[in-house]
Amino acid sequence: MNFTLRIWRQKNAAAKGGMVTYSVRGVCADSSFFEMLDTLNQQLVDEGAEPVCFDHDCREGICGTCSLYINGRPHGPVKGVTTCQLHMRSFADGDTINIEPWRAKAFPIVRDLIVDRSALDRINQAGGYVSVNSGGVPDANAIAVRKADSDAAFDAAACIGCGACVAACANAAAMLFIGAKVSHLALLPQGKVEARERVLTMVECMDGLGFGGCSNTYACEAECPKGISVANIAMLNREFLSSAIRKDKAKPFSGGF
Amino acid sequence: MLLSSSIAGKVLMALAGLFLAMFLLVHLGINLLLLSSDGGVAFTAAAEFMATNPIIKIAEPVLFGGFLLHIAFGMMVSGQNRAARPVRYQESNSSETSLFSKYMFHTGIVVFLFLAMHMADFYLIKLGFIAPPEGIGQHDFYHRAMLLFSNPWYSGFYALSFLVLGFHLNHAIQSAFQTLGLNHSRYTPALKVAGSAYAIIITVGFSLIPLWIAFSPLTRL
Ligand code: HEM
Ligand code: SF4
Ligand code: FES
Repeated sequence: MNFTLRIWRQKNAAAKGGMVTYSVRGVCADSSFFEMLDTLNQQLVDEGAEPVCFDHDCREGICGTCSLYINGRPHGPVKGVTTCQLHMRSFADGDTINIEPWRAKAFPIVRDLIVDRSALDRINQAGGYVSVNSGGVPDANAIAVRKADSDAAFDAAACIGCGACVAACANAAAMLFIGAKVSHLALLPQGKVEARERVLTMVECMDGLGFGGCSNTYACEAECPKGISVANIAMLNREFLSSAIRKDKAKPFSGGF
Repeated sequence: MLLSSSIAGKVLMALAGLFLAMFLLVHLGINLLLLSSDGGVAFTAAAEFMATNPIIKIAEPVLFGGFLLHIAFGMMVSGQNRAARPVRYQESNSSETSLFSKYMFHTGIVVFLFLAMHMADFYLIKLGFIAPPEGIGQHDFYHRAMLLFSNPWYSGFYALSFLVLGFHLNHAIQSAFQTLGLNHSRYTPALKVAGSAYAIIITVGFSLIPLWIAFSPLTRL
């Protein structure tokens, strides 16, 4: 297969970028999107040009490192997959493919298609954890969890932190990401203990990072490779409201010591 | 913390929006009396009741407050949301979204312009800031409405405004519940249908009145 690629190139965070057109030839239909980009980069290296920089790591849809806004959609045209799980058979021979980096004020461009998504890590650092002494492995049945809750928590925990929700959102909001984290932990007995403080500190952190607010357009849910539901955003709103109203009664959080 | 957070702002907006949505139903109920062929007796009686009822007297400032709050937050939130993506995509987003959800600001602005016109046409006359047209009393809303609606251009614009409001409401109702944290695997799909039905009732109901008066051969002024 042959493709025309229009790719965003930008030397560094401060440089002015632009779309550059390339053509790749002889791509196997069953090669992955990244193998296709590897082919392009080999071509560029052979010509003595700078290869295109893009993020990737596991290449099997579990690490959340890959990104790419392909033809107007984060992670490309196929539902429920990351860019690394996308194959060229999902495109037609001779297609022109637009490839851009995630765009958000909170995700500054590092170079070409690589953006800095550490804002999501910062939100997690603000409360997306459980403070427990990590002793021996507890007995699996020592703490009873309702099946419905454990299922919902497990679904929310599937978030890989890729940021496609932010990239898809008309407002560059991180509400699906943070909704997944807050629900996942608030649904389980171990996470419930710190739930009130967690939701307040995480939302406060998110608001300070330059993300937009939620307009319930649901583009995030449509593009999330892990099928995280916007019901998690409703749960986040619920948790936030009930915690904010009772805030003054909440004891100062000691960090588990 | 509570009020400055992005979620709290949206919750206030949703509460104000739902209150406005209830008000629209009451307003529609009264306006439909314009279509009865009693020469305005029922409509005038209802308008009188609304003007003198103490509960409505209290509700009126709440209503204005609701509009102001909703509009102020609407503009603020839209501005913040735009600022969250300073460099836009080359190819516009083609993700699947809730219908009209990306155009809430645009539809809101059209509704706002309509409201300004509506205020000048009725409310400012009632308060005495604007003189009523020749031969129509300051509190004679019936003949004022009949005169305005007999103009096909006015009626057409009026109906168009409500079409745009319908687009706003189609996304708004289910969105408000989601913002308030109410999302349920069984009830949310039903709520989406109910929200769209509500939007259709408001648009068709409000539009029917001026269009009927302007274009029906049965209309007698
Ligand atoms: C009778 C008139 C109106 C009604 C009944 C109404 C109702 C609503 C409701 C229920 C919502 C959903 C709130 C949420 O999701 O949390 C909403 C959203 C919105 N409204 Fe209105 N609205 C009206 C007029 C206006 C006007 C005049 C504006 C002017 C700018 C406006 C701007 C907006 C915006 C921008 C949103 C979306 C906010 C977001 O980004 O999430 N609305 N409206
Ligand atoms: S919610 Fe989905 S789209 Fe957003 S970061 Fe997590 S996995 Fe990626
Ligand atoms: S590279 Fe790990 S999820 Fe795509």
